[in-house]
Amino acid sequence: MTNYVIWTLLIPLLAGIIMLFIPQRVILQRTISIIASIILLINTVLLVFQIQTEGIQKMELGGWAPPFGIILVGDMLSGLLVLTTALVIIPILIYSFSSIGVEREKKYYYSIFFFLVTGVLGAFLTGDLFNMFVFFEVFLLSSYVLIVHGSTQKQLRESFKYVLINILSSALFVIGVAYLYAVIGTLNMAHLGERIASLTEPAPILTVIALMFLIIFGLKGAIFPLYFWLPASYTAPPTAIGALFGALLTKVGIYAIFRTYSIIFVHDPAYTHTVLGVLAALTMIFGVIGAVAHKDVTKILVYNVIVAVGFVLFGVSTMTEAGYQGAIYYVIHDMIIKAALFLLIGALVTVGGTKYLKQMGGIIKYHPALGWLFLVAVFALVGIPPLSGFIGKVLLIQGGTTVGDYWIVFLMMVASLLVLYSMIRIFLQGFYGKSVLSSKEEHGTTKGLLFPISLLIALSVLLGIGAEFLYPFVQTATEVLLQPELYINAVLKE
Amino acid sequence: MMKLNDIVIQTTTKFVLFIILAFSIFIFFNGHHHPGGGFIGGLMTSAAITLLLLAFDFETVKRILPIDFKILTASGMLIATLTGMGGLVFGGPFLSHTFGYVHLPFFGEVELATALLFDLGVYFVVVGSALTIIEMIGGDQ
Repeated sequence: MTNYVIWTLLIPLLAGIIMLFIPQRVILQRTISIIASIILLINTVLLVFQIQTEGIQKMELGGWAPPFGIILVGDMLSGLLVLTTALVIIPILIYSFSSIGVEREKKYYYSIFFFLVTGVLGAFLTGDLFNMFVFFEVFLLSSYVLIVHGSTQKQLRESFKYVLINILSSALFVIGVAYLYAVIGTLNMAHLGERIASLTEPAPILTVIALMFLIIFGLKGAIFPLYFWLPASYTAPPTAIGALFGALLTKVGIYAIFRTYSIIFVHDPAYTHTVLGVLAALTMIFGVIGAVAHKDVTKILVYNVIVAVGFVLFGVSTMTEAGYQGAIYYVIHDMIIKAALFLLIGALVTVGGTKYLKQMGGIIKYHPALGWLFLVAVFALVGIPPLSGFIGKVLLIQGGTTVGDYWIVFLMMVASLLVLYSMIRIFLQGFYGKSVLSSKEEHGTTKGLLFPISLLIALSVLLGIGAEFLYPFVQTATEVLLQPELYINAVLKE
Repeated sequence: MMKLNDIVIQTTTKFVLFIILAFSIFIFFNGHHHPGGGFIGGLMTSAAITLLLLAFDFETVKRILPIDFKILTASGMLIATLTGMGGLVFGGPFLSHTFGYVHLPFFGEVELATALLFDLGVYFVVVGSALTIIEMIGGDQ
């Protein structure tokens, strides 16, 4: 029997290593990277179907049984996120081919790209808290390189802040892991969950540690008071890299909160999950304020990333079936649509030659496809019914009303409306409006950029229409979140 | 480049270099049963080559050691990953290791473990990346 869990990590890792040997051969690197990502996609699809039919998959590294060895666990939540990652990187790669530039490609761009993907996939699949830290470092180190790659002045400045804040949060992560190890005596997540669940009277220190992990993952995933680093650092690098970050990096932080707050820290939900809910609400408010206030199209977009983090965390905080399902749907939808929007905005900035709304206009006249794709993406982002954002939000609202968080649900709807306003402003002013440039004055072409964007939009539409098809998978994922015993037994007892 | 007469440091380096290199290799092989291993062994080898860089100049060292350290790092990663995949080939899980006792002509009975190959990968990565950093920062003039 093939173990798809381990191959999910090995394929991008090997691709990255092989491309280290051939930095100068750009065409060969492009070929390898696209082949590797397609194999990865097939592998993850098989993994998801295997989890659906045979239950939770695991890989005990070196043959050492947990809790003593390191274990990789593929349950449905990780499976779906891994699959979405594999889906999203293909269009971003194709977009890189025509936009990133040969100079950057020769400086190990694709290797670092695949190391980042390895780190993200590893963080989704690991069953061990310290290994999660290691995989966090793998993708963070790669993201440090990518954010400064090409060394323009802006990238140098923003990468400095980004590295600083992430080193701080990594140090906190180590301290949090040390506290948890000192209190519980294990780092395997299933074992941690089992031991904490078996405590007759949970110690307050566990709640402290739970909040510490919320701070750590909040710094990675950009929740309310800890999102300040994100807007500048995600707009500094080139579009393809920004899309990669926007689609994957914050979602790893969200996934980590998802995982720890559903399996490990479930001893005092009245406190921890209320804090989570309040922070989620504040994240929505502040994200949406940023999105509405800015006149720079890239900034509008990155604040929308923050709003989405708030939506998903709210689903996690409800601890209900509908809430979890909504959060899973929404995180999958958001990975795809944020990648699409980053690429669209990148194409818009390339064509218009400016980031500022006031200076652009009438781009739809010469680029109708780009304009209408953008409109579809915006509708999908907000959740107009046939498109992908709808079902997630409906389930989130359902979950919220079940537990009586009416004010957060209300905030969420208002936030959705304002998200629509912020994005439609780009459409009305940038694409529609009065023409500023004639076709000869444009600053670049959309050649090669439209194909990957339409791939992502097609995915998003399919996700909306095929919600029924996806539902059983999401249900399987939710079962494990609602009954952590399933996860614990699968890891420890078999 | 070198204006001063640094005969003392160059002569000393020629002797000390081999002691450091030998010690680093000793430390590298020692790792399974005693303190040591790929990481510290690799750092010590890089220290030896750094000493060579201090005593002589970049061109000389490049002539003595015509190695692209970036390729060395990549090979180290490849070796480590392939060693891990060896476990998969033989039907075990990833990163599973094995060991055996081999009778070598000069050393007698020796315990050989596949963990040593993984360590060799680590060793290459450490030497390669440490020297790449030094080369990048120091070699630009």
